[in-house]
Amino acid sequence: MSSLIQFSDHGLYCPQGQFYIDPWRPVEKAIITHAHSDHARPGSKSYLCHRDSLPLLELRLGPNAYQTVEWNEPIFINGVKVSLHPAGHIIGSSQVRLEYQGEVWVVSGDYKTENDGISGAFEPLKCDVFITESTFGLPIYNWKPQEEIFRSIQDWILKNHAEGKTSVLMAYSLGKAQRLLSCVESTGLPVFLHGAVYNVHQALISAGHKLPAVQRVQPDMPKDIFKGNVVIAPGSADNSPWMKRFASYSTGVCSGWMQVRGNVRRRNADAGFALSDHADWNGLLQAVKATGAKKVFVTHGFQAAFSRYLMEAGIEAAEVKTEYGQEDEADTTENINAAE
Amino acid sequence: MKQFAELVNILGTSTKTNDKLDALSGYFASANDKDKVWVIALFSGRRPRRTINSTLLQQWCSELIGLPLWLFEESYHTVGDLSETIALLIPDSLRDENAIPHPLHYYVEKFQELADAGEEEKKSFMVQSWKELASPVERFVFNKLLSGAFRIGVSQKLMVNALAKTVSLDPSVIAHRISGNWDPSSISFEELLSETNVKADFSKPYPFYLAYALETLPEELGAPSAWQAEWKWDGIRGQLIKRNDELFVWSRGEELLTAKFPEYAVLKDLLPDGIVLDGEIIPAVDGKPLPFAILQTRIGRKNITKKQLQEAPMSFFSYDLLEYEYEDWRNVPLEQRRKKLEETIQKVNRPELLLSPAIQYSSWAELTALRLQSRSKGSEGLMLKRKESIYQVGRKRGDWWKWKIDPLTIDAVMIYAQKGSGRRSNLYTDYTFAVKDGDKLVAFTKAYSGLTDKEFNEVDSFVKRNSLEKFGPVRTVKPELVFEIAFEGIAASNRHKSGVALRFPRMNRWRKDKKPEEINTLADLKKMLEIYGQ
Repeated sequence: MSSLIQFSDHGLYCPQGQFYIDPWRPVEKAIITHAHSDHARPGSKSYLCHRDSLPLLELRLGPNAYQTVEWNEPIFINGVKVSLHPAGHIIGSSQVRLEYQGEVWVVSGDYKTENDGISGAFEPLKCDVFITESTFGLPIYNWKPQEEIFRSIQDWILKNHAEGKTSVLMAYSLGKAQRLLSCVESTGLPVFLHGAVYNVHQALISAGHKLPAVQRVQPDMPKDIFKGNVVIAPGSADNSPWMKRFASYSTGVCSGWMQVRGNVRRRNADAGFALSDHADWNGLLQAVKATGAKKVFVTHGFQAAFSRYLMEAGIEAAEVKTEYGQEDEADTTENINAAE
Repeated sequence: MKQFAELVNILGTSTKTNDKLDALSGYFASANDKDKVWVIALFSGRRPRRTINSTLLQQWCSELIGLPLWLFEESYHTVGDLSETIALLIPDSLRDENAIPHPLHYYVEKFQELADAGEEEKKSFMVQSWKELASPVERFVFNKLLSGAFRIGVSQKLMVNALAKTVSLDPSVIAHRISGNWDPSSISFEELLSETNVKADFSKPYPFYLAYALETLPEELGAPSAWQAEWKWDGIRGQLIKRNDELFVWSRGEELLTAKFPEYAVLKDLLPDGIVLDGEIIPAVDGKPLPFAILQTRIGRKNITKKQLQEAPMSFFSYDLLEYEYEDWRNVPLEQRRKKLEETIQKVNRPELLLSPAIQYSSWAELTALRLQSRSKGSEGLMLKRKESIYQVGRKRGDWWKWKIDPLTIDAVMIYAQKGSGRRSNLYTDYTFAVKDGDKLVAFTKAYSGLTDKEFNEVDSFVKRNSLEKFGPVRTVKPELVFEIAFEGIAASNRHKSGVALRFPRMNRWRKDKKPEEINTLADLKKMLEIYGQ
């Protein structure tokens, strides 16, 4: 029996269903786990995604032939039963479950096991073969609960506020920025968004999502309006002239990489918050174990270390080379360049 | 420990000097006296002796949390810092909730007590401490302290300024009082900062006056006659002190080196009492300095052999006089200090104590030309000192400038890469370079610095995409990227396959315009060795 999924130079390919999952080259039919640009690339003839991913894909890829489904709403493609399930990574992010002749494969996409309140709670799925990411697949990466991180972000904002400084939170514009809104909202301070973040925000609101009230940073806004308040911007804004209007300000970078002191220093951030949209070490292990999979393929991240660890724990595992990990935290250089 | 960990955290992450200053003076205003003394000691380079090796720390940590050693190592290479790796790996769930918080000095002194204890005793103390410390930051600071690897992003100057602010004394006074020989575990905060302490410790050196690099043309300094020019030596900056008929040699790093350089002992009976000379510790034959590589054979040796004494005899190239007949001369203009220095050295008349000559010149153009001879004099450039200048404390602009010569350079290709540490953790920033030898490549140096963050990112992503093999933390990469390597000197070496060792190599620029075929050859290196190697 041939594999349900093959690792081709275009991406993860299901020969029986003749479709790809998150292909990195244009294909006939693509199933998209989530809207980050390393997973959702332009040029394919048709796209299948979760309903909540649609406005984000439209924003980033423009008009295309899109088909949407709900979570746990199976469809059949040439006999392969395909369903999407929450991955907890960002809004709309999904795991892809494939079933054919009694065999089940699950492609995790990017995921996190903690429920962040907006992305949907990660659903553990039983399967024979599990394809997992490994962005933070080392035991040094263990996150504090979101609640605790939010509290330290809020404390930091209020301390800046007391000193008359603007708090500029550096967060990836799709995903992390929306996740932060509920955190900063509870400080009661006005929140301003960088254009890149605002575009995502508007797309989600137009699609019916309820998000806290915010303002877009406009060129003609008087500088006083920001003083002591909160700004959310993508990392690329750091050290750019755009930041000048907020002086004096303090920058706080929100990323799992901030777990390591050297990264905070490299980013020259005033504060680093290890808030990640990816599973931490224990999260990855839990997720893998919960699948009961007899074979695990490990993609982008610390795939060598994570797959070796699984092997030693008695789970058959192998590394797979993909072209994922170039947007958001999965890209290590993003954290330094903050290029978007 | 919590208070100290918070301090270290602010100092380590804050990007603004003022924030660091505030954090430090806040600490000095509120911490207990014993902890303060330790902070002064730690931030002035008086680290506790390393009493535990890192292999044991790795082992104990892996054992405690049940992690295979290879995974520990993998984590270590990514974090780039052993103390931090351990701090991150110990889960909060192991925490002993009933633990009583201890202050900084408790841990440091406890560990000194354990210095000669057995392995089991040390281990149980480490494990207990890991469990009782409340956060990764506290565990990190604790590991740093006790593994003897404590470095933090704060200069001694900043610490001195903060302390000066808190106790309302002049920073230069503080700098002097905390210099020299004192034991943080026995001295009290008050004793340390008292004037009587300065008098009681007659070995005490003065804080060194340091120069910035000249950023302009010398013409902008005004009349050449107002300036004294000297050769800039590449040795160990030091102070030679004779007081109470005893001789002391201090390095700029405030290490007492008297025992390391027995050659200087003869000077004890020849120098007048109550004298402090500033100069360069450097091996020399017939008054000519030997390359730095020769000095390196003397550094770090506990026992010096006769052969070494013959091959690398040390001289003190003196260029300043700071104290004479127990009088502090630092506020006397350089011109007069120099005169007294010349007299003194003449009287001593020994090859172990030489006068670092003042260069004769009448115009800046003439000096600019003379500077090009630096290498043949065994120096690395010039020092320019205003003749009226007093001897200041620390690095100051205006009166003293260093004017180094341009480095030697060679084009080479990168062949290995390794992840860096600190702010370069998880980035490939440490590279090995090779020159051509026929159709082979021969590794000849490593370099870690000289690129911008952006360039490092670019190289990092190249390494990740083009690695050929993995040897532990090292990756071999496709020999494709060409860099111009700059260095200050070259010496023969039988420890290196290439047969040469470079002094202070770094990446001068990335030669994106050059192909790997166009790099320099081993023969080019050998030629440089011939010209500059002696």
